Amino acid sequence: MSSVLRNTPRLVRDIAHARAGDKGNTSNVSVWAYDAADYDLLKRVLTPERIKRAFPALIRGPVECYDIEHLHGLNFVLHDALEGGVNSSLNLDSHGKSWSYLILGLELDE
Amino acid sequence: MNASVRTFRIGTGAGFSADRLDPAVDLVEHGNLDAIVFECLGERTIAFAHRDRMANPRLGYNAHLSRRMQALLPICRAAGTVLITNMGAANPRAAAERTIEIACDLGLKGLKVACVEGDDVSGLVPPDAPFMDEQGTLSAVGMPVVGMNAYLGADAIIPALEQKADVVIGGRFSDPSMFVAPLAHHFAWDLMDPARVGAGTLVGHLLECGMQVTGGYFADPDMKDVPDLARCGYPIAEVDADGSAVITKLPGTGGCVTPATVREQLLYEVHDPSRYLTPDVTADFSRVTIASEGRDRVKVAGAGGTARPDMLKVTVGLDGGFQGEAGVSYAGPAAQERGQLAAEVVRERLAEVHGLASDLRIDLIGVSSLFATAGLWAGGAQDVRLHVTMRARSREAVETMLWEVESLLCCGPAGGGGFRGTIVPSVVTKSLLIARQRVKPKLEIMVA
Repeated sequence: MSSVLRNTPRLVRDIAHARAGDKGNTSNVSVWAYDAADYDLLKRVLTPERIKRAFPALIRGPVECYDIEHLHGLNFVLHDALEGGVNSSLNLDSHGKSWSYLILGLELDE
Repeated sequence: MNASVRTFRIGTGAGFSADRLDPAVDLVEHGNLDAIVFECLGERTIAFAHRDRMANPRLGYNAHLSRRMQALLPICRAAGTVLITNMGAANPRAAAERTIEIACDLGLKGLKVACVEGDDVSGLVPPDAPFMDEQGTLSAVGMPVVGMNAYLGADAIIPALEQKADVVIGGRFSDPSMFVAPLAHHFAWDLMDPARVGAGTLVGHLLECGMQVTGGYFADPDMKDVPDLARCGYPIAEVDADGSAVITKLPGTGGCVTPATVREQLLYEVHDPSRYLTPDVTADFSRVTIASEGRDRVKVAGAGGTARPDMLKVTVGLDGGFQGEAGVSYAGPAAQERGQLAAEVVRERLAEVHGLASDLRIDLIGVSSLFATAGLWAGGAQDVRLHVTMRARSREAVETMLWEVESLLCCGPAGGGGFRGTIVPSVVTKSLLIARQRVKPKLEIMVA
């Protein structure tokens, strides 16, 4: 089990919430800053390059991002990230619902 | 638009095939609804429905249809609420006939059930049709087709409402179209007006997953707490003639409707927010405004759109053979190492003793299953489960996998226990496009 002395890193989850959805072999994860003041930080930390780099084995295609500035949200589209999609993947989570928390689990300070 | 046209009250009674029934009953009894939608079909569930229909031509509709209809038909009739659903799945006719049977049993004489078919386009797609978003064609994929369904729009549902159907049952209705249809019918919207249809599509999109907008699928303790989640209520939209709406739920139900629950749902399964394709419209959600109007009331406005696409999406179900899952658990010191050894044993024996090269995946639940190949944890887990998944053309190959996993009980690493194994037929799905004019919805009204 992990050491209690370990410094707890700040996570994306500390400033944002997220939901993942699937269409075919593509996942989208919308990430929303709780507080408008954190939106710039979120945008700086969470880039398509960062996400692609964090999960090299899971995301086989490109990652795109759409900004929803007025609602303080980012919508990431992860191509070829569901091992074929809900009816082809042998992953227990064949919808890729856990993508939301995989991304919220990234550290704010890389 | 006639400003005196009253607000339309529409709710959701299911946001997926296995969604809860008791909150739907509560909503119809107390919601004073004009219409309620049961959205019960996804890429996964239509594949399962085709599998069921292959096994029995009288089946292939939603497994919970009978219990839902028994509970809802009497109260929907009493409340004057129209019920619209895609519970027909791969067999809308059988679903409508079963609904009529239930209405007769309940003495609901004269109840009108509209059966909408025509989404099954199996005969209309040429074998060289290319897949959407991936390489390959139908004929080259090497798996027999078990079903093909085009996404039908609001134009397939409105004729049933014009004939004053009490219940509208179809198969692959697109999810938001089941909301757009009653709104367009009530407000006399022109289906070619993308501004109105885009606004209606936003309402449908927010409501189509049921409680995903009222606090379901939202709770994250200490960060996003949701009151009384076990008693979460389904959503209601109070829609105005311009398509703007207040999203709310019944007083006294659990859950919450807040700007945060609404925005999470806003982009659920959406890629480009300014171009969300449905059979009805190319919807634009990029400028939607979301504002709290008091407790559990959120106003949404500003959705728009451009012309509907010329092509309709088709989900193709292909016979993928069989899929098996099997597991054994390990606990205590070195559980992770023993589980990893078990995985190596299974892998070696399937390949070298049985010559099975089928799709195989081995996870260690508690260490790395959903993260899979991300490899985030180094070791030391004390409660793990070996989980083996395999798909193969032949059932016997999958049975061999289950046998091998069970054999670990005596032949594998120390301390393994709790074998379980299941085998189900596998339906793989792909998407392609069809010109909309080739798809002809068919309506039949059945009367109890």
